[in-house]
Amino acid sequence: MNALYSLFAVFALVVIALVGAGAAGMEQLFGLYIPWLAIAVFLVGFVAKVIGWAKSPVPFRIPTTAGQMKSHDWIRHDKYDNPATAGQTFVRMALEVLLFRSLFRNLTAQRFGSAQDGVDVKIRYASAKWLWLFALIFHYSFLVVFIRHWRLFLDPVPSALLALEYADTFLQIGAPALYMSGAALALGVSLLLLRRFVVPQVRYISQPADYFPLFLILGVALSGILMRYWAKTDIMAVKEVTMALFSLNPAVHIEGIGVVFFVHVFLVSCLIAYLPFSKLMHMGGVFLSPTRNLPNDSRARYHRNPWNDPNVKAHSYAAYEDEFREKMIEAGLPVEKTLEEAAKTEAQ
Amino acid sequence: MAWNVKPEELLQYDYKVPQKNWMDVPPEFKPGTWCYPAKPEILEYLNKATKGDFPHIREWVPTDVDWKLPEDWRERIKKGFRERLDKYRSFKVFMDVCVRCGACADKCHFYIGGGDPKNMPVLRAELLRSIYRGEFTLAGKILGRLAGARKLEEDVVKEWFLYFYQCTECRRCSLFCPYGIDTAEITMMARELLHLVGCNINWILEPASNSNRTGNHMGIQPHAYYGMMEFMCDDIEEITGVKVNCPVNEKGHEVLFITPSGDIFADPGTYTYMGYLMLFHEIGLDYTWSTYASEGGNFGLFTSDRMMKKLNAKMYAEAKRLGVKYIIGGECGHMWRVLNQYMDTMNGPADFLETPVSPITGTRFESAAGTSMIHITEFTSDLMKHGKLKLDPSRNDDKIVTFHDSCNPARAMGLLDEPRYVIQNVCNNFVEMPEDTIREKTFCCAGGSGLNTDEFMEMRMRGGIGRGNALRHVQQKNGVNTLATICAIDRATLPPLANYWAPGVEVYGVHELVANALVMTGEKPREVDLRQEPLPGME
Repeated sequence: MNALYSLFAVFALVVIALVGAGAAGMEQLFGLYIPWLAIAVFLVGFVAKVIGWAKSPVPFRIPTTAGQMKSHDWIRHDKYDNPATAGQTFVRMALEVLLFRSLFRNLTAQRFGSAQDGVDVKIRYASAKWLWLFALIFHYSFLVVFIRHWRLFLDPVPSALLALEYADTFLQIGAPALYMSGAALALGVSLLLLRRFVVPQVRYISQPADYFPLFLILGVALSGILMRYWAKTDIMAVKEVTMALFSLNPAVHIEGIGVVFFVHVFLVSCLIAYLPFSKLMHMGGVFLSPTRNLPNDSRARYHRNPWNDPNVKAHSYAAYEDEFREKMIEAGLPVEKTLEEAAKTEAQ
Repeated sequence: MAWNVKPEELLQYDYKVPQKNWMDVPPEFKPGTWCYPAKPEILEYLNKATKGDFPHIREWVPTDVDWKLPEDWRERIKKGFRERLDKYRSFKVFMDVCVRCGACADKCHFYIGGGDPKNMPVLRAELLRSIYRGEFTLAGKILGRLAGARKLEEDVVKEWFLYFYQCTECRRCSLFCPYGIDTAEITMMARELLHLVGCNINWILEPASNSNRTGNHMGIQPHAYYGMMEFMCDDIEEITGVKVNCPVNEKGHEVLFITPSGDIFADPGTYTYMGYLMLFHEIGLDYTWSTYASEGGNFGLFTSDRMMKKLNAKMYAEAKRLGVKYIIGGECGHMWRVLNQYMDTMNGPADFLETPVSPITGTRFESAAGTSMIHITEFTSDLMKHGKLKLDPSRNDDKIVTFHDSCNPARAMGLLDEPRYVIQNVCNNFVEMPEDTIREKTFCCAGGSGLNTDEFMEMRMRGGIGRGNALRHVQQKNGVNTLATICAIDRATLPPLANYWAPGVEVYGVHELVANALVMTGEKPREVDLRQEPLPGME
């Protein structure tokens, strides 16, 4: 059901674009004003969210240590799984952000045998790198697709971008040559979707908010692919629009571009406007996670908690001795005050 | 009522998920899956000692329909929630960034051994997140369930009580999370929120209250504590012929030694305690014990940051009063999470102490320059590396040993190779359990974070399946009969666990094994080990 709601929502967005930019002829609105609004919402929303996070302090250093700490010289230190310095922490974060280090560790617990086996039941832990692989395919192809699109906003197109395009069409399949990143993006999203449908536990925890972005990104990818290979679109006219978009020039007159373009742009607009209010904010949050971005050095260096309450104090030794003094003296334990001294203080 | 479900019965579960949306599945309080609420007299004491941190004291039981929550319980929780979002970036980020990828799902020992989907860490956190969305986000308020949000109802509080006291804060899931979302952090927040409406458990708060008053969680008074130590010294003399020194509450020594009080109170921890006495005597350490700070563990960690700080503050206070240079901490799990990640921040800077230097080897412990507190296995491994101990590992030859990494030294510190080095110096037969069940991937004993109580035995044995099964594996494959550990809660929880899942394996503290092998100056020929059982070849 959750998946269906999300699918319908994305269909509805497609219909809005088809009707709005196609039948109703509101190309200007869908080509310029909505994208501008979306970018504004994204920028404000993203910054507000990150500032919101940053406003809350990190009172304690709570890294999850994933290897041997820095100890004696003769014990090998797992520098990047249990960093002791800022530099080592940077490497840990880079491994996390660029290579999804934690997901790479993934295991699946499998139970073999029946209940009748009792204590001889077998539980094994198999390596499970599928999620890691799907995530890597998805994120990196999305990144390449994103960078490739900068050719639409830059004039002249930088040579690095041309090189990227060349590499991306390396296989030379079809004409125009297939961008591998586009295909990989559609594949990656599909695999992540499939996983949510197929694995019962993952299906059980999945919400509309999990399916919606996947369908939305799939819609973005498919409309883009459709535009390039089938519903051929006038690329020069498109570039005119995109340049106007980025030069904030509303004067440009939009005409002669197929409706698929507006569907594509509208879905992208929805995606970026939705991002700051969704779980997609993990792209910002991953940098702020205190279990990953701090060195394990809180025994070596003092770390201040801004809201540390000085009024929280230990039950004092004096109060402790007052309660147990007699028994302590009887047992031969040293005390601060003899019984006479204590009596005198009490009398005062 | 003794719990006696056989493994064959306990194993009758699967990982099937219900048809209903999890929000429509009400919490069910079956015996063995929840802990008894805190006793009113305990709460009265704590509430007074903390000037009001434990409000709404009453008699209640989780199986009651009416939990007698305070009139304004919704407001209390909402306000508390908001305050904690503003105090902890971790909490705020963790409420926002989960993508529900499910990588954490089968990492939780309670899920692996019970199959209840709400024990998947992702869903455990959603119990809070759904309220966060429903009460604090616009989308959640408008779209409701479509945005994964729900309203704060009494059943939600019941569900929190059930599942946040079915989490041992072991952080195994956090290791696998691509964003490092830490369920321990979320569980701590949830437990703090539950305190605001008077829902908490006795097995945590009675120890916390004892620690505050008597200095240790067992509630042992100073004269009795000292008496127990003298009793141990007599045992040591009987076994070794050496009368060890027993300095307590003495001023002017170099080192203060603090260890969990569970080890003075109950077997097999007592043997580890004797091990410390023997080791320190043998090397002539200039040190003292303390009865005021006679608890290494900190049940405040399972209660609230304020309680944790209050209990922890005794360590520095006592170090200052006694005028020591630094502190050595004994074998304990969560104690070391507090010492490594919280102590200096809460109660430091400890500028009246010095960077620890081993008086025997001269090694400077730079990594503890701030807290001035070192772990006993850091200290002992250094002694061994420098050849300062005379050891006869053959005295442990009847043992085939494996090592259980405790959650907190593993995942909140990274103390992995020091205890292994110590064990391998005193035992000839050491084997590891399968690699996915040790070191940073270690399994919890399923009784951590204050859940090691008997009424919770069913969940403990379910959650113990990860460790138990790995232990059974090496028991069958390598003939392992000894499970070594550096945690006092482990020494309480692992014996029943081993007895259940790998019968025949005995639980030892690392320093008990050390003391067995330790050749002491002037000792008589040893015939028995610390448990007064014949040494190999002396049967």
